[in-house]
Amino acid sequence: MAKLVSSRKLRYYALATAVFFLLGVLLSGCGAPQKQSEAEKIKIGINYELSGKVATYGTSCKNGVVLALEEINKAGGVLGKQIEVIVRDNKSDTAESVNVATQLASMGVVAMIGPATTGDVMAAEPVATSNRIPLLTTSATAPTVTFDEEKNKVREYIFRICIIDPDQAMVMADFVWNNLKLKKGAIMMDTGNDYSKGLAEKFKEYFEAKGGKIVATEGFVDTDTVFKPQLTKIWAKKPEFIYIPAYYNQVGLIVKQARELGIDVPFLGADGWDSPELVSIAGAKALNNTYFTNHYSSQDPSPEVQAFVKAYKEKYGVEPDSFAALGYDAGRLMAEAIKQAGAADPQKIRDALEKIKDFPGITGKLSFDEKHNPIKEVAIIKMVDGKQELVTKLVPKR
Amino acid sequence: MKEKNWFQTLIIFIVLFAVYGVVQLGISENLISDYYQTNIFLAGINIILAATLNLINGFTGHLSLGHAGFMAVGAYTSVVVTMKLGYPFPLAVLAGMVFAAVVGFIIGLPTLRLRGDYLAIATLGFGEIIRVILVNVEYLGGATGILGIPRLVNWTWLFWGTVLTLVLIRNFVRSSHGRACLAIRENEIAAEMMGVNSTYYKVLAFVLGAAGAGFAGSLYAHYFYVIQPSKFSFLLSFDILVMVMVGGLGSLTGSCVGALLLTVLSALLQNFPEFRMVLYAVMLIISAIYRPQGLFGDKEISAQLLSRWGGIFRATSRSE
Repeated sequence: MAKLVSSRKLRYYALATAVFFLLGVLLSGCGAPQKQSEAEKIKIGINYELSGKVATYGTSCKNGVVLALEEINKAGGVLGKQIEVIVRDNKSDTAESVNVATQLASMGVVAMIGPATTGDVMAAEPVATSNRIPLLTTSATAPTVTFDEEKNKVREYIFRICIIDPDQAMVMADFVWNNLKLKKGAIMMDTGNDYSKGLAEKFKEYFEAKGGKIVATEGFVDTDTVFKPQLTKIWAKKPEFIYIPAYYNQVGLIVKQARELGIDVPFLGADGWDSPELVSIAGAKALNNTYFTNHYSSQDPSPEVQAFVKAYKEKYGVEPDSFAALGYDAGRLMAEAIKQAGAADPQKIRDALEKIKDFPGITGKLSFDEKHNPIKEVAIIKMVDGKQELVTKLVPKR
Repeated sequence: MKEKNWFQTLIIFIVLFAVYGVVQLGISENLISDYYQTNIFLAGINIILAATLNLINGFTGHLSLGHAGFMAVGAYTSVVVTMKLGYPFPLAVLAGMVFAAVVGFIIGLPTLRLRGDYLAIATLGFGEIIRVILVNVEYLGGATGILGIPRLVNWTWLFWGTVLTLVLIRNFVRSSHGRACLAIRENEIAAEMMGVNSTYYKVLAFVLGAAGAGFAGSLYAHYFYVIQPSKFSFLLSFDILVMVMVGGLGSLTGSCVGALLLTVLSALLQNFPEFRMVLYAVMLIISAIYRPQGLFGDKEISAQLLSRWGGIFRATSRSE
């Protein structure tokens, strides 16, 4: 036998493949996580983008969730049990998100929080649905996340805690019409970005329904750095305000160049403006007389918000952004849902989530509508000498 | 000798079917948890990607960094065929492979005149062009990609797909075409002197590699529910390249081991999110320092090797 020398390597490739797969099977045999029935602790799975492209979003959300659940544990947990937080990283990758979600499901979590972006949530969605585990996302804004438009059916196990984009546009249209009392506006949008286009379209729709008029609409792309041609064109139509639903880096440049051209009307925007960078790009003075909608404001004087900001700064050493606030609310909301469900049972928790009414979150009082989207207040923030100031909080009137 | 060959083939087939059967049973009886299933599938897809890239990089010796682009072409094509046109999955896989091969041909023909760094840069660029096109085509979902893809890939597809890919590449490399590719790798000018049509063989290997990546892409799309252009960035090409390098350029066994190793590593490190990328990088650096030629170099686990091990084992046991 020792002298048997075959030229047929094929078999050995096949053998090698076979052995590897067998190893995989063995591995799964020894280390398979068992479903825990004793349930001394209630397990909640955290599936977030902790590395990769959108790691900043995921990390902020995760920090918020962990802070909330730790506070709840310190206060005695829920249903007399402690909550076990299982944190996993999905590398901002959809396949990893599926992977993490299945791992969490086989570890026997009763609920999942995260991921932060639409693609990653949609990858985890079939796993949550087929395992019948509720999934609460903090910041995925696409309508399809909670509502399947093709089947015209709500995705039963998926909930989101952030306001959706049309709500932001609606609140801003309300605010312009009722509070600023302006009737004639212009829009500048990033034509290569669904977020920007969607907000612009909805804002126009709501504002014109009130009787307002959009006199000019101009587009740009995200690599543009000079916006004066578009601004000059818009200014010729004499708008009373300019709505720019875009990200802070472009907004900063636009506002700066507009003020240089002597355009002194208010600029309005959405949550894409929320970044300390905005002030350093545009300059504090240029940003006076601008407003934007956001999920919450860390300047909100309410004691809950201030307690959260203090606790977050103590634990992580940085000011909490909206993602952190949404994460904090997601953690507390999930604990509340478990409490109302009366048992650490995924199905009952799902039902309880659906029935949540006026949950006092730091990002606003929250209830879910029939599409599992939150109905809650939107904060309107004014920039004053480079500082954010909370003007008011409005509930979208859908 | 001939009889023994026949006997070996039989054993291989029995082992293959046994592995297939055991895992299939494990899946249908729920003995293998979903989590392990996901990782097994990921490993299988990675093996296909690494082996097909090895065909271009390892066997033909031309550094291509556009593999993610071909995978994207296969993934999107197959999803369009199943979801938008409503044809059955096997046809979609075929369409994905063919279209990826066509794109590979279009890209390969001009770029394979380049070599070394220039070819790497050109393929990198083409991979990115494919991604940017996907971002801008509204029909294909733009930057959001295509969501809610049905899961049509099962263990049967994955296992036999992987085995078939490996067997085909192995046979190709051992055929006269494959030998021509190896000759080009060793010395292109000498190969041409011997009458090897180097452009033809380079493009052939490139097109086959692209078709394989398209195959992996269509399996990926129909297992992981979501495809987005951002997934298929050059970073994925590098990931595949790392698998090939860790395993060994020009070794199919190496590609399998490299792909498995990195898949398992990535899965195990999920539990340590803070250190994940650090540990991953450290392992790669260690492997680059101590095994620069890769775990297997260009060696295979072959009949000779196994029987030699057997011989040593018997020799030592006899002397005792």
